[in-house]
Amino acid sequence: MNPNSWSLWRAQVAAILRLEIKKNFLARRGLWIYLLAAAPAVLMWSHALLNLRDHRVCDLGHDNLIFATMFQFFYLRLAVFFGCVGVFLKLFRGEMLEKSLHYYLLAPVRRDVLLVGKYLAGVLTTSIIFCTGTALTLAAVLVHVPRAQAEQYLFGAGGLGHVFTYIATAALACVGYGGVFLLLGFLFSNPVVPVVLVLLWEAANPFLPQLLKRLSVIFYLQSLIPVTVPAQGDFAFLAILATPVPAYLAVFSLLLIAAAGLWLGTRQVRKLEINYGTD
Amino acid sequence: MNANEILFENVSRFYGDVLGVNRVNLAIPPGITSLVGPNGSGKTTLMNLMTGLLRPTQGRISVLGVAPDDPEHLFRFVGYCTQFDSFPRGMTGYQFIYSYLRLHGKTHAEADEGTWRAIERVKLTDAAPRKIAGYSKGMRQRIKLAQAISHDPRVLVLDEPLNGLDPLVRAETIALFRSLAEAGLHVIISSHILHEVDAISDQVILLSSGYVVAEGQIHGVRTEVEDHPMQILIRCDRPSALASRIFELDTVVEARVHNDGKGLLVRTRDPDRFYLMLNRLVVDGVDLQSIAPADDDVNSVYEYLIGPDGGSI
Repeated sequence: MNPNSWSLWRAQVAAILRLEIKKNFLARRGLWIYLLAAAPAVLMWSHALLNLRDHRVCDLGHDNLIFATMFQFFYLRLAVFFGCVGVFLKLFRGEMLEKSLHYYLLAPVRRDVLLVGKYLAGVLTTSIIFCTGTALTLAAVLVHVPRAQAEQYLFGAGGLGHVFTYIATAALACVGYGGVFLLLGFLFSNPVVPVVLVLLWEAANPFLPQLLKRLSVIFYLQSLIPVTVPAQGDFAFLAILATPVPAYLAVFSLLLIAAAGLWLGTRQVRKLEINYGTD
Repeated sequence: MNANEILFENVSRFYGDVLGVNRVNLAIPPGITSLVGPNGSGKTTLMNLMTGLLRPTQGRISVLGVAPDDPEHLFRFVGYCTQFDSFPRGMTGYQFIYSYLRLHGKTHAEADEGTWRAIERVKLTDAAPRKIAGYSKGMRQRIKLAQAISHDPRVLVLDEPLNGLDPLVRAETIALFRSLAEAGLHVIISSHILHEVDAISDQVILLSSGYVVAEGQIHGVRTEVEDHPMQILIRCDRPSALASRIFELDTVVEARVHNDGKGLLVRTRDPDRFYLMLNRLVVDGVDLQSIAPADDDVNSVYEYLIGPDGGSI
């Protein structure tokens, strides 16, 4: 095969995906990511099963609001954030620490093809984990309300669209945060401090001026969320007053952040040297 | 640019302020070339430079006409068995090679066939389905070697490939290197076992503190070491009688009876002339059994050029 042909690159990306996805899913050290992803589902299913056992009827609107709050303030800001830290920082930096990255660098693979392959593996892994977590939590919300009410919500009140939007937002969060953390893994030999800084920046987003808000991943993710947490009531202290951008612009911006991370990453990966002793 | 040589042109590599290798100029032809030198002399740095794992601070490298910073072309014909003893987690021996061949873009059938062929060459067929984490040091060494040869490279770079191998496997591995070299491959080996280097190398590159101190065929290198006259061992039944006559030759610097009393060790500055003149010295009643150089090997050259205190190798 021609070393510069698309068919070769596709075959190589597929080979990288096979290796990386298996590694990501089976890593014992990644168990905490599953726990983070499953936490809301476990909570919501416990609530649902207890209500079913006691024949209590829940208010779907209230549970939806609880889910929206949990999704915005725990799932996106902490679970997906740290899940992406765990997966994307390890793609290159982790293998440097394990002294196994040379396996890829001794193969006739373009460095940027390697980067794309590893990034896609990270996106697939985190998306599968966190989209499944989102879907399971939403299922728990719907399972313990009367069937007619659930059907009315899903097919009559745009609930199906909400479900799709939540799952797509979780996937887009992986795309956006993945690009950021892939790059941080290249730029810093100890990325803990930069990760904390990104976390603080994302947390401070509600309090930033409109222009600076746009320099974050969470701003665009929140623009996509279908249920807004009201500024009054039980969750008022968590509410954020921000002007969302249209969905198409939010999706485009998230893809742009990921593309920027990848582009800067390719510049780093081309310069990458294997020098385990001093790294 | 020579497409049949590995070329280093004024190559230097620094790790910050620390010298890796300095001003290296080499042209490595096909055959077995051994890199010899103490720890920290720059052997691994040279190997990492020629495979693109490191980049030179200055100078230019080409491997059969291809620059090492072009991995998609380079590793089509280069195999590198590194000294790194770490593997991607959870892999079996088979998966280690199979996945590597899939990264080359080979189909499942091609990769499967190539994997078994490479595994059979290093005699690891039984262990192939087992996890590498459970392999012995020697088995890990062999699976790395299988990976390096799995895509039939024209250049094979082997960093301490005989480490951890038992004597039988070591002999088989050396025979494999020889057969590959005879097939026209460039086989670059770093090793600290000097008598093995001596036995298998077509040429040697001696390194010390990041500098190439000598290169070429070992006999040629030895001849150029003028500070140390060549030692020749003459096996005979009456060494004392021979010694008294041998001092008549003006090329002889020193002659002493061998420790076992059955030979004479002669030091000469001009071995070729000494051999010629020795023929004229007919010593009646002295039975000459053999005449052979005594320090025309890597070990001696290493000691003369780098010294016994050159570091542990």
